[in-house]
Amino acid sequence: MFGDSVRAFGVVSMLFLISLAIAPAKNHFSEWRHYQKAYLRMIGDRGDAITLHRHFQGGLQQIWLPELGVVDRCTTCHVGLKEASLSDVGAQPFRSHPVSPHKLDQFGCVICHRGQGPATTVGEAHYSTLAWEQPVLPAKYIESSCGQCHQDSLIGTPQLNQGRRLLAQGGCLHCHTVQVRGATLQATDAPPPLSHIADKTTREWIYAWIKDPQAYAASAKMPNFKLHDEEARDISAFLIANSTPLTDDTLTLPVQKSADLGAGASLYGESFCSSCHAVQNAAGNLVGGDVGPELTRVGNKVKTEWLEGWLRNPRVYDPPTAMPHYRFNNQQIATLSGFLMSKTDSDLLANVHLDPATPEQIAHGKRLVMDYGCASCHEIGGIKKPENFAPELSRIGSKPITQLLFLPGMPHTIFDYIAGKIRNPRAFSPGLKMPQFTFTTAQIDALTTALLPLNERSRTLPPSLLVAGATASNYEPAGKAGQLMHDLACFSCHRINGHGGDMAPDLSLEGSAVQRNWLQSFLKNPSTLRPALIRRMPRFNLTDAEINELSDYILTVYQSPSIDRDSLPLSGYPAVQVEQGKQLFYSKYACQSCHIVDTKADKGYIGPTLTQVGSRLNAAWIFHWLKNPQGLRPGTIEPNRQMSDEEAEQLTAYLMSLKGAAKKEAKK
Amino acid sequence: MSRLLIMTIGLGLIATGCARKGKPSSASQAAVFGSAIVESSGGKQVAAAGAVLPQPLVVQVNDDQGNAVVGARVELSAESGVTFDPANGVTDSSGQFTANVSLGGMAGRYQIRASTVNKSQKRIDLKLEEIALGYQEVLGQQLNGRYCERCHNPESTPERVSNYDNLEVKPHPFTEGDFLNKMSEEDLNAIISHGGPALNKSSLMPPYGYTLSKSEVQALIAYIRAMSDPPYRPGLSYATK
Repeated sequence: MFGDSVRAFGVVSMLFLISLAIAPAKNHFSEWRHYQKAYLRMIGDRGDAITLHRHFQGGLQQIWLPELGVVDRCTTCHVGLKEASLSDVGAQPFRSHPVSPHKLDQFGCVICHRGQGPATTVGEAHYSTLAWEQPVLPAKYIESSCGQCHQDSLIGTPQLNQGRRLLAQGGCLHCHTVQVRGATLQATDAPPPLSHIADKTTREWIYAWIKDPQAYAASAKMPNFKLHDEEARDISAFLIANSTPLTDDTLTLPVQKSADLGAGASLYGESFCSSCHAVQNAAGNLVGGDVGPELTRVGNKVKTEWLEGWLRNPRVYDPPTAMPHYRFNNQQIATLSGFLMSKTDSDLLANVHLDPATPEQIAHGKRLVMDYGCASCHEIGGIKKPENFAPELSRIGSKPITQLLFLPGMPHTIFDYIAGKIRNPRAFSPGLKMPQFTFTTAQIDALTTALLPLNERSRTLPPSLLVAGATASNYEPAGKAGQLMHDLACFSCHRINGHGGDMAPDLSLEGSAVQRNWLQSFLKNPSTLRPALIRRMPRFNLTDAEINELSDYILTVYQSPSIDRDSLPLSGYPAVQVEQGKQLFYSKYACQSCHIVDTKADKGYIGPTLTQVGSRLNAAWIFHWLKNPQGLRPGTIEPNRQMSDEEAEQLTAYLMSLKGAAKKEAKK
Repeated sequence: MSRLLIMTIGLGLIATGCARKGKPSSASQAAVFGSAIVESSGGKQVAAAGAVLPQPLVVQVNDDQGNAVVGARVELSAESGVTFDPANGVTDSSGQFTANVSLGGMAGRYQIRASTVNKSQKRIDLKLEEIALGYQEVLGQQLNGRYCERCHNPESTPERVSNYDNLEVKPHPFTEGDFLNKMSEEDLNAIISHGGPALNKSSLMPPYGYTLSKSEVQALIAYIRAMSDPPYRPGLSYATK
């Protein structure tokens, strides 16, 4: 074939040599060598070439962290990650890594960015392949990676924090179980009970509401189940038929109803209803808080006698409600209910005409209520809360892509799946039960960010890396005062020993801070301490006995162990010390930038007004507060000034001399 | 080969998608042209890198008399990484075109171009700028919201009443690049950590060095640099030969 054996030997040798050269050639022309050469060309033109050359190491690079399961070769192409001087370079893969809280050598790349660490080609490292399902995480979800270790809420991860809040408040956890390190996450919202719904509202309203909750209130949290007319008809029939009357949850007032809406509006304002409830103003903007339901069209919803019973004492109808038990008198109840019942929209129920329900419709309604899992959120008499109603989400962040159904045209990644599912769940299959929520794009991104860290990797990381979140506290105050605090729903706004809301100041150490006279007059008639505050403490019309009970409890129980209330006197400081304190207040520390002492001259709008602080706070508290504000109230924005004891004493003397008008009142 | 096939199919899909979108407006599109394109709202926003801007971008097409033009074609474009939802369309009944904008994954400033075509088929552009924040700047933004903004931002919102007008010596808003860009890292660090008197300035600016950590002060500086207008350019550099 080759003529002679020598020539044959030659040809075979050549073939052999060529085949031997394939592997080195592949290596020589590999992508990463190309990038390293380009890098060297780029830095050659720069002023800092010598330093960069010294740092450069050719060949495959690898960060190997066995305890984290990290084998990352990303630095083979991303050569300049650690070169701060390359921050002006726009072209990837040569940009230096922006400042981040962790070091590259300690965590590698994929823990935060996902992707395939050991891969040595661009495609395999960044994108999904047949053998690898975790592509590089888009920047908008990057905070999710922090959540793999950090259960606490970090100030630098607002999107993750928002997502976790939404997960707990948006209703997700009523149907989906989420377990993080053995603990089941708890929903923090409380959908209303429906066992006595017929006392509260009409079947027509229920029908309109479940058909389209956002038509009644734009801010409604209830999702849209996209019910057919017949389904809404039968569910409303069942809920009314299933409702049992509750004694005392309604009220027929002996007083004349007043038609004076102005008086109702001012009582609504004085009672600071808008701290929790929002109402749409003429411009269509919601004004008010979101703790309670929106009241724009509440007159369409509730029955007058129920509303009056609710205003008298909401705990009869819904014992754990966040609404405080205002001690309104009959006249106030009539005024307020007249005002609220006037908030209607004539179009809302105009087209709802329901014939009396048949037994078949009621039975069908019950089946639907069980099918849609209504009892997952709402207490409904005779229907048990379903268990594991929706898929558990404890590992959703690393769910195998092959087990998921994608929409046509949707990228096959877990984050696109999660976001798509939250955006429009029924698009995945018309038969799905998950309802349509009204989350914005930013909220969907935040929720996705909160769900992605629920993955396998977060479960295999060494426990030493895990940062626990604040443990949920179920602190309850004891005794009669405790009952009173529950009745007034103090914990809806105030936090004490880790339990409660964050709308109003933490009261865990209030007993060390305030003076008895001030506390009592505040509970009787709360005034606002901060000029710029919008949400405020309502007035509860408490009796003197109740005020005594509360202040006794607060002053004895909510004490700081490190502050002896009586270690400094409330008055009698030498005039010269007071004067020195005043100097410090106005010149060295310039406290007037945030606080007001002299209402004519000072304008500071940020901290509490101090015109009568000498009648409000204990001297020992002021002294310790000045020394270290964050030590007494973590996270407070008053800066720590590292004051000397002497200066803190002088300032305390000055502040204690500011007795204001409250002193006269206390003497009375 | 298969890639080529996929690309062709993809292009085909895009083409049909565009065609479908274009159809209902094609009748009016041929006739309606504006002569100017202006911003209604949505420029100069700030968001984390990769995130969607808090408010949508709204631009308006006007005619020679300055009246809004209904049904004029608007197209949005930007450097890679920025996505628009939708990227093009026609102006609505009030002559406006609205789109949600997601910024790219790298921190920095993103230039956006909104364009329309006038009668003589000439393109008219409107240039807008948005700011994307990296990790450090986001941290700074959060700290700013907690500690700085109530005095340094003269604007009040329903949730936050500004203290700016109450101060005898006015603080510098963080967008005030003409002033702040001249301050060195060390100066900014000193005034945040040790208060106004550290630079012979007003003692109304308190020190935060015992309240914030070093890295938090750094984050605030990074945020101030990111917000400044005109943009901050480091005064080096040996990087540019």
